[in-house]
Amino acid sequence: MMDAVHIRRFDRPTRLLHIVVMSTFLGLSATGLPLLFSDAPWSRMLAALFGGFHGAGLVHRFFGATLLLAIVWHIGNVFWRAFVRGERGLFWGPTSMVPQPRDAVQLGQHITWFVGAGPRPRFEHFAYWEKFDYWAVLWGTALMGAAGLVLWFPVAAADVLPGWMFNVALFVHGAEATLAIGFIFVIHFFNGHLRPGKFPMDLVMFTGSVPEDEFREERAGEYSRLVATGGLAAVTAPAPSAALSYRGHLIGTAGLTIGLVLVAFILYAVLR
Amino acid sequence: MVTRILFRVLLTTACLLLGQSGVAGAGQSAPKPPANDDCLACHGDPDAKRANGTHVAVDASVFGASRHGALACVDCHADLATLAEFPHADPLKKVNCASCHDDVGATYHDSIHAKAREKSGLNVAPVCADCHGRHDIRGKADPKSRVAHAQVPVTCGVCHDGIKLRYDAGVHAAALRQGNARAPVCADCHTAHAIQRADSDASRLRATAECGSCHTSVVESFTRTFHGKVTQLGSARVAACADCHGAHDILPASNPASSISPRNLQTTCGRCHTGANARFVQYDPHPNPRDYQRSKVLWWANRFYWVLIPGCFAFFGLHSVLWAWRSRRDARAHRDGIR
Repeated sequence: MMDAVHIRRFDRPTRLLHIVVMSTFLGLSATGLPLLFSDAPWSRMLAALFGGFHGAGLVHRFFGATLLLAIVWHIGNVFWRAFVRGERGLFWGPTSMVPQPRDAVQLGQHITWFVGAGPRPRFEHFAYWEKFDYWAVLWGTALMGAAGLVLWFPVAAADVLPGWMFNVALFVHGAEATLAIGFIFVIHFFNGHLRPGKFPMDLVMFTGSVPEDEFREERAGEYSRLVATGGLAAVTAPAPSAALSYRGHLIGTAGLTIGLVLVAFILYAVLR
Repeated sequence: MVTRILFRVLLTTACLLLGQSGVAGAGQSAPKPPANDDCLACHGDPDAKRANGTHVAVDASVFGASRHGALACVDCHADLATLAEFPHADPLKKVNCASCHDDVGATYHDSIHAKAREKSGLNVAPVCADCHGRHDIRGKADPKSRVAHAQVPVTCGVCHDGIKLRYDAGVHAAALRQGNARAPVCADCHTAHAIQRADSDASRLRATAECGSCHTSVVESFTRTFHGKVTQLGSARVAACADCHGAHDILPASNPASSISPRNLQTTCGRCHTGANARFVQYDPHPNPRDYQRSKVLWWANRFYWVLIPGCFAFFGLHSVLWAWRSRRDARAHRDGIR
């Protein structure tokens, strides 16, 4: 498998962005959950890991600011690629992250395939659930970031917003956090890593490339297009080095473990 | 002067007689402790005084009706039990209530009142008798007791007169005057024996819990706020009940003098949030997402997420389960095919 031909899916900046989003998300979850579940028996213990509530608050703000900066950088980068470098297909086309009619069709096809009533859809560069993940993170960061800034600087926010918006901001911040944490630590973990065929984790986001046979099966649409346009050679890459795979396993395991432990905490608080 | 001399004569005679009967009854070695009547022979005189003129009279009827009425004088004045000579020299040792009430004694020992006496030498700080009385001790269930619920503000007010004036102006004193037996008095928030500095973290957190013992729904709504959640996490550095409502002179928002009167809100919020403006104080410190009239936007946000979150998890949950099922079936078919 190490010697197999690989197909490059994610460049270095993208992988770095994923690691920044992933680590800040884990940090934000671990420091925010004590407040969201302040009456849970583990809340003080979890906050104590960060030096108590005030320490957790500081770490939360640090991670929040970092994530916001990363997202702002990403948006800037997308627009720079589109309008300065003139990259094509960023907003529409087979490799675009923007939802397209094909995604709705493929969702239907995928479910048909689940129940054994049709063939597996021929996915392109990004499948519909990956686009959902991406836009959920973007939308969630924008909304939670805005709400977080209002709660961070309430006096300044009151220059333009009525005070009852602080109530809404705290509620939305908590509800969106519940959604995001539940979605990432359960659905995204499953779709990306834990489902049969990928278990225990998919290294592609950490190494950047995927074995060609796996790519041919999972991204049949993109594979045929690349073969037809002669673009396959441009994305062919050597297998990732042992060191890179090891690092990917390490980061992936750490992320999955922290996430699943936090899910266990939430389930305990909700179900007790 | 004449009465004084007369008293001395009487006292000496009485004690001589007592001493003789004591020796006759108890043998030679251990002196028999004096009975209450023996003590009252001298202290029963309403004019009984020490040499320095301070009163030492005990009203037998008052003592008899007190909580300790069944006790012997020597049960508390323990050093009298081993004295052979009467009248005894004054003063006696201080009574140690903790010889019976040891648990309360230990609690009191760590309180601010005990520390004021023992560490700071503040001798006006109260000991047991200052609040409970001496020979007239009554249980707190007795309405005539100094520590009866309704009497507590009066008792504390002997020293804390200025606070008592403010308390009397507030809603809790008004409720107490109207006969509300649950209206809080000093000890409900400050405790009786374990009193600590009111600005200590433990006191601040305790007081908030105490408010919640009556104002349940109000404290429940408070725990939905950032202030409430941080307080629940054990931090006392954010606003809790008393920071906005005041402690002793709590007034309803309708009263212009209240800290939560609309005209004072900017000042009250501004104590922590420097520069709080008129828009800032539209914040709801006690929100209820299920109360449409109170906060419409919050109500809608609550509705929205109650659809979005379960909807999202239901859809993608089912999606994942089906996907897993299909992938496992395919993997098994693949394996069987190879075999």
